[in-house]
Amino acid sequence: MAVASKAAPRKRATKPAATKLVGAKKPPAKKLLTKKSAPKRKAAAKEVSGGAMGSGPVSLLVSTMKGAFTLKSNATRSKWTLSGPTMLGQVINHLAHDPRTRKVRVMGAKTGHLGPTIYYTKDGGKTWKEASKPPAFPKKEGGKAVDANFFVTPGHKSQPNVWWAGTIPVGLFKSTDGGDTWEPVDSVNNHPDLANEAFGAPAPGGPYTHSVLIDPRDADHMYFGISCGGVLETTDGGKSWNHINKGSVSLFLPTPDAEFGQDPHCMVMSPSNPDVLWQQNHCGIYRMDRKDANWVRVGDNMPKAIGDIGFPVVVHPRDSETAWVFPMDGTEVWPRTSPGGKPATYMTTNGGKSWKRQDKGFPKTHGYFTVFRQAMKSDTQKNLGLYMGTTNGEVWVSTNAGGSWKCVARWLPRILAIDVVEGGR
Amino acid sequence: MKVHLSTHVRHYTHGAATVEASGGTLEAVLLDLDRQFPGIKFRLIDEQDGIRKHMNIFINNDKARELKAAISPGDEVHILGALSGG
Repeated sequence: MAVASKAAPRKRATKPAATKLVGAKKPPAKKLLTKKSAPKRKAAAKEVSGGAMGSGPVSLLVSTMKGAFTLKSNATRSKWTLSGPTMLGQVINHLAHDPRTRKVRVMGAKTGHLGPTIYYTKDGGKTWKEASKPPAFPKKEGGKAVDANFFVTPGHKSQPNVWWAGTIPVGLFKSTDGGDTWEPVDSVNNHPDLANEAFGAPAPGGPYTHSVLIDPRDADHMYFGISCGGVLETTDGGKSWNHINKGSVSLFLPTPDAEFGQDPHCMVMSPSNPDVLWQQNHCGIYRMDRKDANWVRVGDNMPKAIGDIGFPVVVHPRDSETAWVFPMDGTEVWPRTSPGGKPATYMTTNGGKSWKRQDKGFPKTHGYFTVFRQAMKSDTQKNLGLYMGTTNGEVWVSTNAGGSWKCVARWLPRILAIDVVEGGR
Repeated sequence: MKVHLSTHVRHYTHGAATVEASGGTLEAVLLDLDRQFPGIKFRLIDEQDGIRKHMNIFINNDKARELKAAISPGDEVHILGALSGG
């Protein structure tokens, strides 16, 4: 057996050989944050810079139960080439790229045996480093331990090295050095409502912290979702958080209109109007005008035979009233498969007042898959691209806003997330 | 002392199946391992000092239950992936 020397180098390597790891270290300062009532948000201009239109090749970063893969298209998005895996065998809950720096990507990872960690790259995925201080709760009697880094997202464009991570169990963590070291956000992780069993109650697979959304107009204005727990908002950069669940129901609780405890599966902010939020909830599809602070169940306008249960929701990059969902069967024992075995997206162009079925290209029968909350995204091109990764390891692409779908990869492991990189990177 | 490693963590040791580490307790040994191979301890031990539920650590033939477990010169530590998942 080989015996390693005590002076082993800090450089790390992992398999497969194509994935390179190198070490790093640097602890940031820690802030103690306290909860107080969130002030009213100031009014903001309706349209922001969400109207940017991309073109050319697209790369899809595909996070799976057994590693990360990349699908690259040609200029017309008609041909796709699969590469990878990176971190074969690791559960990649979420791999996200940084549009601010082009080359930085961060992924939350773990294995069936080992604890959770974060990997990051600063060269577009050629080499990866493991975070020298991954998200971890403070050590204390009865304290929590991070089980998974479920959601990662780059921070506001004015904070170029900031990243956020949402964990299982409920926890929010912040990196100020591009993903190398992570500090707990105490105002969330010590939130007094966590003592209430309805806040952060274990959903199947654990209480997920997800959908960390940052207002492009104001770095201090953020939202995130907890399954189960509801939606929280801060307007002071995370010093305090308010529940913002009015209108959304929690049919699995004795008080369906509780202040918190709802189960948002996925929440997105309109890129063209950040005051419009969309939410695919365990109990329906919702839309909110932030000034009304009220979730409206626009899923009531879905066909009754389909229902309005699902995981993902996508909003058009240039139209806050156009959105897509991928319904799943939430009847009786909750199969969580395509209703009737007939997969389809549903599109609205009027803020959820009506929905149109889109099933061209999908199996007409016996298609029993679904799409997880982080596995459906769009690009920004004129002929809008939509992308979905399924629970049975297929990647589906539409380059006409859902009008027709084509399977461009299959036989991958269960897909947990997709991220869209435009510009041929 | 010798620390024998399962395949799960050998990417930290550049493929080495057995490495040398020192310490009078399991925690001290793991801290020495982490000094040599940064990041390895957190994959095995959570932030509340719990051994990850799908990892097993043996001191000689005895399964370690906590980090305070004493280790004597000449002992051998085995870090193994638990038989979980079929």
